[in-house]
Amino acid sequence: MSRVGIEPRAVTRWLILGVIGLLMALPIVAMVEFSLRGAPGEYTLDHWTGILDPENERKYRGLFEGVGNSLLLAVVTVLIVNAMLVPTMVLVALRFPTLQRWLEFVCLIPITVPAIVLVVGLAPVYGVVSRIFGSSIWTLAFAYGITVLPYAYRAVRAAMDAVDIVTLSEAARSLGAGWLTVFFRVLVPNIRRGMLAASVIATAVVLGEFTIASLLNRENLQTSVLLISRSDPYVATIFALLALLFAFVLLVIIGRVGAVQPRRSTS
Amino acid sequence: MTARRSGGRGWALLGLTPFSAYVVLFLAVPTVLALGTGFFDGDGALTLDNLTGLLEPAVLRSFADLLWLSGLTAVVGAIAGALICFALLGTREDGWLRTGISAASGVLAQFGGVMLAFAFIALIGIQGLLTQWLLRTFEVDIYEGGVWLYQVPGLILPYLYFQIPLMVITFMPAMSGLKPQWAEASATLGGTGAVFWWRIGFPVLAPSFLGSLLLLFANAFSSYGTAAALVSQGAPIVPLQVRAALISETVLGRENMAGALAIGMIVVMVVLMTAYSALQSRAERWMR
Repeated sequence: MSRVGIEPRAVTRWLILGVIGLLMALPIVAMVEFSLRGAPGEYTLDHWTGILDPENERKYRGLFEGVGNSLLLAVVTVLIVNAMLVPTMVLVALRFPTLQRWLEFVCLIPITVPAIVLVVGLAPVYGVVSRIFGSSIWTLAFAYGITVLPYAYRAVRAAMDAVDIVTLSEAARSLGAGWLTVFFRVLVPNIRRGMLAASVIATAVVLGEFTIASLLNRENLQTSVLLISRSDPYVATIFALLALLFAFVLLVIIGRVGAVQPRRSTS
Repeated sequence: MTARRSGGRGWALLGLTPFSAYVVLFLAVPTVLALGTGFFDGDGALTLDNLTGLLEPAVLRSFADLLWLSGLTAVVGAIAGALICFALLGTREDGWLRTGISAASGVLAQFGGVMLAFAFIALIGIQGLLTQWLLRTFEVDIYEGGVWLYQVPGLILPYLYFQIPLMVITFMPAMSGLKPQWAEASATLGGTGAVFWWRIGFPVLAPSFLGSLLLLFANAFSSYGTAAALVSQGAPIVPLQVRAALISETVLGRENMAGALAIGMIVVMVVLMTAYSALQSRAERWMR
């Protein structure tokens, strides 16, 4: 065997991917099968068509409310990422390069502080928050902004590393551009792939969030699916499938669009 | 240039305040509160009573069970995930296979939670597809000794189901960092494929592998959703103890027990993540 290289042979590759892939596919297949079950030994599409049946509207209202809440939370969280994190990262890169390490440290802390720990301290914080902003659902996005921080930071950082934003902004400044013009017309177009990737991953994380919503007694997609699973496990399974599929599509989009161009030499 | 820069410095500092205020309010304050409450009793007096509550047999057991669950799923998940990364070597990075696998891995690793509980109830629940198939075809009853899906052993398979994808995501960059030139150099010197892996591949990948293993451990340790959806009775692992403490306010006759449990979890997490970042910086030497 005089093969040079570290790649596996085709047989080995497909054997590994085939076996593990098959095992990983089993639970998904089981969900599909479960959602199609009718009378014993029979399969039916009734559970799928029943979701949109006006007769069931009252029964599934909570579920659709949960979906709506999660989508709203995703929008607000994406806003927090793009309107607060991104400008701060740009500002630090341009004016306070010494703070770079600190910003990175802060943004990665949520990996070490699990949501289940954070929620213990968030309960009293939200006591205050609901007195100021009311107890509407969108306020939960403040907490979600924190949980997506590590992912969003990495996505935006990768895009910022790929272009020399200091030179770009100084060039624009010396041509007479104001800071707002520099930010919106020079920097944002250059890092928008990173901003898009950050937004998509933030959306996926928010749609999958359960811990904080559940323990603060808020209703989102995940908590409402868990709630309905007690009375109608079929519909819960269908929604779980659809949610997984939706997140998969989102992440394929990141893989395709959010891929940052090869790193250019910045020296 | 410098004059203009320093002139706007005050305004620039002002620009940092929204984010700083946000992080203080929603990250620093909750973390300090979560850890701090562990030191106070219900009337606000300092006490170590909650911390000694961590030594209660039920709590110790929940830590022990969580540690072996995390350890087992991290080791098995790391090996299986690394095998997938190996199988993907030499495939096109922007091809459909890689994009598909990495997207699927992202979904299962970061999104799973509650949804995975349903998947496994559909597969190996009492009426599950696999359970019933095994029963009908081979007359094997996986629940002969009692239904274990809704207890700690039942968490092993669902946890593996998000651990393996997480390994694929975290370990793939290191695996792709193996340079074909090293294999050529080894082959030129007469090394076989086995020699390459034993003398070059494994030693180079070892820090990344151990780092990813720790990350998987931390991931299982801090995971809540899957267990919360699957385990309905009691609180066999720490995150569920936190839930019990938050809902009932007093556990084991102690108030603020949630804070003490949070301290226990953070200590483990800080140890894990410190070791992880040390290994990671060692691994990066080879990734240039």
